[in-house]
Amino acid sequence: MSKQAQHWEKTRGLLFVTLAIWFVFSIGIFFFGAEMEASSFRPLGYPLSYYMTCQGSLGIFVILIFWFANRQEKIDEEFGFSEREDD
Amino acid sequence: MIKGKFIDNLPKVYGIYTGGFLAFIIVMAIAEQMGMSAKAIGIAFVAFTVGIYAMIGYLSRTLQLDAYYVAGRQVPTVFNGMATAADWMSGASFVAMAGGIYFKGYGYMALLVGWTGGYVLVASLLAPYLRKFGCYTVPDFIGTRYGGNLARLSAVLVLTVASFTYVTAQINATGTIASVALDIPFGIAVYVGLASILICSMLGGMRAVTWTQVAQYIVLIIAYLLPVFWISNKMGAGFFPHLMLADEVSRIAELEAQFGLGTVKNTAADLATVPKGLAGITKAHSSVNATPWAFISLAVCMMAGTASLPHVMMRYFTTPSVRTARRSVGWSLFFIFLLYSSAPMLATLSKLSLMDPSLATGIIGKSIADVQALDWYQNWNQANLMFVSDFNGNGTLELNEFFMGGKAVVLATPEIAGLPYVISGLVAAGGMAAAMSTADGLVLAIANALSHDLYYKIIDPKAETAKRLIVARVLLFLIGFAGASIAALEIQGILGSVIWAFDFAMSGLFFPLVLGVWWKRANSQGAVAGMLLGLASGTAYLIWVRNGGAGFWGITQLTFGIVGSLVSLVSMIVVSLMTPAPDTATQKMVDEVRIPSGKTVLGKQH
Repeated sequence: MSKQAQHWEKTRGLLFVTLAIWFVFSIGIFFFGAEMEASSFRPLGYPLSYYMTCQGSLGIFVILIFWFANRQEKIDEEFGFSEREDD
Repeated sequence: MIKGKFIDNLPKVYGIYTGGFLAFIIVMAIAEQMGMSAKAIGIAFVAFTVGIYAMIGYLSRTLQLDAYYVAGRQVPTVFNGMATAADWMSGASFVAMAGGIYFKGYGYMALLVGWTGGYVLVASLLAPYLRKFGCYTVPDFIGTRYGGNLARLSAVLVLTVASFTYVTAQINATGTIASVALDIPFGIAVYVGLASILICSMLGGMRAVTWTQVAQYIVLIIAYLLPVFWISNKMGAGFFPHLMLADEVSRIAELEAQFGLGTVKNTAADLATVPKGLAGITKAHSSVNATPWAFISLAVCMMAGTASLPHVMMRYFTTPSVRTARRSVGWSLFFIFLLYSSAPMLATLSKLSLMDPSLATGIIGKSIADVQALDWYQNWNQANLMFVSDFNGNGTLELNEFFMGGKAVVLATPEIAGLPYVISGLVAAGGMAAAMSTADGLVLAIANALSHDLYYKIIDPKAETAKRLIVARVLLFLIGFAGASIAALEIQGILGSVIWAFDFAMSGLFFPLVLGVWWKRANSQGAVAGMLLGLASGTAYLIWVRNGGAGFWGITQLTFGIVGSLVSLVSMIVVSLMTPAPDTATQKMVDEVRIPSGKTVLGKQH
């Protein structure tokens, strides 16, 4: 397999992981709004459902994007596809 | 202007600017103590900030194509993040969102999740690849990737429909704020708003818009956070509201039960006396009040819409590299997070300060006559944003007898909580910044698509640089003017049309953009079918439901993008597979886009 095909395969793998995490926190958990509300786990004292909609999921998205960017940079480096500094 | 030096000095320049703005706030606060009138403070805030944006717009004027279209591709990561955040957070986010949360609670907060989650899609599916492509506009990518004028033209059509729907709402918001702050009629204020928008973008295109958007972000975030922290501390609710309002949230739930929320209903005859546009509190503040599907379908539409709206995508064309484009998405979302996570806190503080009888500001349970005698009540009643009426004739204000406009949560809460007027002036400047920055990005997105893709690429490919830039500016002016004229008619509400814009963009552009990078087999015929059928079916569904159609799958006029994008996906795949695969040159181009290193697909100037 060519270097480029391997690079793309890894990139695609990272995409699936990223989208899976994204799916859980943007869609998945909100199937269980009522269950989250009843949960005894209350971050900072807020009901879990309320907390996730106003801070939890939002914060996770911010971290997820930076994590994704770091991983993708590592993949690009591994296969020598990083940009030159002056690019 | 020395460009290179300016870029190197950005932190210093904006540091001085921020310091200057804070100093201005302090000067205004002192002037208020010395007896400066509320009206004069409002005018000073709006005039001072708009004056600065205009100055930045003038200093960033340019005669270069890549500066005009993509800010010379040298905007650093963090600053592009700020500019995107301002570009993104519109008058609706600033003025209307906290109000929506105040009235509709959990179900409405699907928008918070959707408007942030979409950035994960932007970062992982699109932004870095479109940056590598090196396009000037979104239709530029579609037109080159798929080939053919029809694909380019279809993309221009979807872009124009979505962005124009959005921009009328923003000019409307600029007009609303200008009319309140400057005390002029709305019909004139709309054109004042338009003039300020055009000053920022006309001479310098994307370069000017970038540097004004950074300045606007700084104003709007100070204007949003300062009152939230101040009110929270003043009420003794907590030093850091985001982490400390749990007691207040449960206190509201307690009061809702005590005041009979949802059990005491108003009669239709009583409700008919309430001025149009005002609403009472009818939904629980924090508990789950929407079905999972209602919540998720709205969030999905906003996420896919985020990843398809050209004025957002365009911002990532301005970074120096693919790597910085990716990181810049993270910074954008961080800066957006600062405001979005504060909106529910503002809604909580606002609601509690009105509802809690044990607070000095609480009005529920007080006598109607007392409430009607309050200064701030009279002001906002006059502005048609507040209304009380003694429906049951007991002389006491009940929860179901108090009505407010959505905008009042942001605009009036500082005054209700007893903050000095200087804060209200600051909030007006912040709202103006939010609406202007988004309107600038949108008007530029439309004008650039028309001037680059329609005029230069299709009508007159031999046009010289000077002529292209003149056409771009004339179009900018015409589109702004058309937007303002429609905004002056006040057809739709601000928030409704913003949500429509996302659905339109998602219907026509989401899959053609994503598959352009991630599916090599996608071809021109498929993309054209996807864009046109997606847009047409989404629009048809919207019209059907608007005219009393029953709809299906619980899809409403706010989520019609689901229908549009599904039709778009299916037709794009079917038509692509029925027609020949793209030629090897196109396939190679896609391979090239998938790796960050090397030259961009399109040249630096094209």
